[in-house]
Amino acid sequence: MATTNAIPTSSLGHLSDATRRRLQRKARIDVWFERTLFAFAFAVLLLLGAIIASLMFSSWPALQRYGLDFFTENRWAANVEVFGALPAIYGTLLTSFIAIVIAVPVSFGIAIFLTEQCPGFLRQPLSTLIELLAGIPSIIYGMWGMEVLAPLLRTWFPSVFPAGTGLATAGIILAVMIIPFITAVSRDVINTVPAVMRESAYGLGCTTWEVTRQVILPSVKGGLVGGVVLGLGRALGETMAVTFVIGNNLFLDATLTGQGTSIAALIANQFSESDGTQRSALLALGLILFLITFAVLAFARYLLRNSTGRHA
Amino acid sequence: MLKHVFATLISGSMVLGAAGVQAQDAITGAGATFPYPVYSQWADAYQDESGIGLNYQAIGSGGGIQQIVAKTVTFGASDAPMTKEELDKNGLMQWPMVMGGVVAAFHVEGIEGGSLNLDGPTLADIYQGKITNWDDDAIAKLNPDMDLPDTQITPVYRAEGSGTNFLFTHYLSQVSQDFADNVGEGKSVAWPAGVGAKANAGVASQIANTNGAIGYVEYAYAAQNDLSLVHLKNKADKVVAPSMDSFMAAAANADWKDAPGMYLVLTNQPGDESWPITGASFILMHKQVQDAEAAKQALKFFDWAYDNGNDMAQDLDYVPMPDNVADMVRDSWSEIKGPNGEAVWTQ
Repeated sequence: MATTNAIPTSSLGHLSDATRRRLQRKARIDVWFERTLFAFAFAVLLLLGAIIASLMFSSWPALQRYGLDFFTENRWAANVEVFGALPAIYGTLLTSFIAIVIAVPVSFGIAIFLTEQCPGFLRQPLSTLIELLAGIPSIIYGMWGMEVLAPLLRTWFPSVFPAGTGLATAGIILAVMIIPFITAVSRDVINTVPAVMRESAYGLGCTTWEVTRQVILPSVKGGLVGGVVLGLGRALGETMAVTFVIGNNLFLDATLTGQGTSIAALIANQFSESDGTQRSALLALGLILFLITFAVLAFARYLLRNSTGRHA
Repeated sequence: MLKHVFATLISGSMVLGAAGVQAQDAITGAGATFPYPVYSQWADAYQDESGIGLNYQAIGSGGGIQQIVAKTVTFGASDAPMTKEELDKNGLMQWPMVMGGVVAAFHVEGIEGGSLNLDGPTLADIYQGKITNWDDDAIAKLNPDMDLPDTQITPVYRAEGSGTNFLFTHYLSQVSQDFADNVGEGKSVAWPAGVGAKANAGVASQIANTNGAIGYVEYAYAAQNDLSLVHLKNKADKVVAPSMDSFMAAAANADWKDAPGMYLVLTNQPGDESWPITGASFILMHKQVQDAEAAKQALKFFDWAYDNGNDMAQDLDYVPMPDNVADMVRDSWSEIKGPNGEAVWTQ
């Protein structure tokens, strides 16, 4: 692969020695540059493989001992060695779902406003502010959720949020956290729509809604899905902020606003004080989260391929 | 395999960390977070006196046990004692180093701070979601002179595995068979009702934000943050307030001598003045050590702390071990032997 880049000495015969040496040196550098790039890329794959392997290896004792019960048991009680992943899986999926339901329309709205309607002088400051949101550490969101959002929800809707915390509260926090990601990606892909397409649509007498709905969105569908997936990936794995507001209830409470837990929150809470079967069970949870994230990404790729296939 | 990777990483980082500060002179330990403030205070004073420092990693009791079993540290520390069988299996011994109390704090509009009385079974029912309102008969009976508001109770618990959880659930399991059967004791349990908050600070903040909340925290934390505390009815049927005196009373009645492997949890102790949720934090060491000098340095430090650390502990709202218990612990150190088979500790 790399050796083809080496310059045969014979073809350099007409050059002076100094030039030849310089060219050969450049060729050598190039060979090593390519090898380094390959090594970097390969190292990531190797690392990924190592993580999966060690997760499977260390979660095996728990999975072997509990089998299917691990997925059907409705509580996670470490003190009596009953480990059911169901409450955590339910919490992870539900909070991420709530986050996506809230964040997607808001993010798309912001992105469309920024690209289509926003006055020029506002565009840059607004974009910067939204990107700033993405830079806030998650523990700050957690503290804000616990100290501000949860008490507010309790005051406004005491019957729905008796404690302020819960699955829905975690979903709302997650929505705020992923909005900047989805917005930034959506804005960038919408910007790729050629101005001439917009102008011709407007020229035909389309309204802003019609241009957005029938010209812009269809042509960048794939990119938008990519942005949503990026946000979803973050929501699924978010730990610190969720732990603060989710209620950390280890019994399955299959409601929208009840107290619950998520895989990441449960691992964060229990890992440091765990050993033996409990540690193995927690690592099995980690493996499940890994698989869920993987499945979501794969599904998004599939959507992406289909939609780009249709519109390309 | 993973355990080995961790052990290597942590011991590696310890070697690196210690290299800067006279590697051979620092005592290494790891474990419980609850006694960390008092251990580090002792270590500071001890270093001023002896020049020997303490490198203590507050990674949690479970981590401390793993580290000492893997022999990457000279001593481990745990809030929950290990049973005699567990100790023997790993060739370890343990002793209590310092004590603390767990207290229940509440926030109910309409109830004056510090004047609420509860007993163990009622507390257990609250935490199982069986008593859901502050004007419940069970609570009214314990507070006959009080006009209790019709407010929903929100029990708040520690979400992460901790020694505080262990003490609190151990107490509730002793006073309520129902609780013992359905929830049980442990560093992390599945609570049937309530809200889980992170660490002492999270519990305190959840209580402060919620009208009708009740929660439990370490006394040291409650004292420094001025929370309204529940008075509890103890084993002798007397209502006691949480205080240094009632913790000492619980400790004084403890029978360390007859506890195999010094396995003793000080909950629900007899005595009129005893606070019912008191517990000790333990030190773990190998009986057969490879590095006799390191073990000796560690024991010297503990000896010094028993002699000189009481005031510092009380200043931080911890309860020091009584002198007779300290002497008993010193005697037990004769079991720690170096590679040559001789006792590491000599008076």
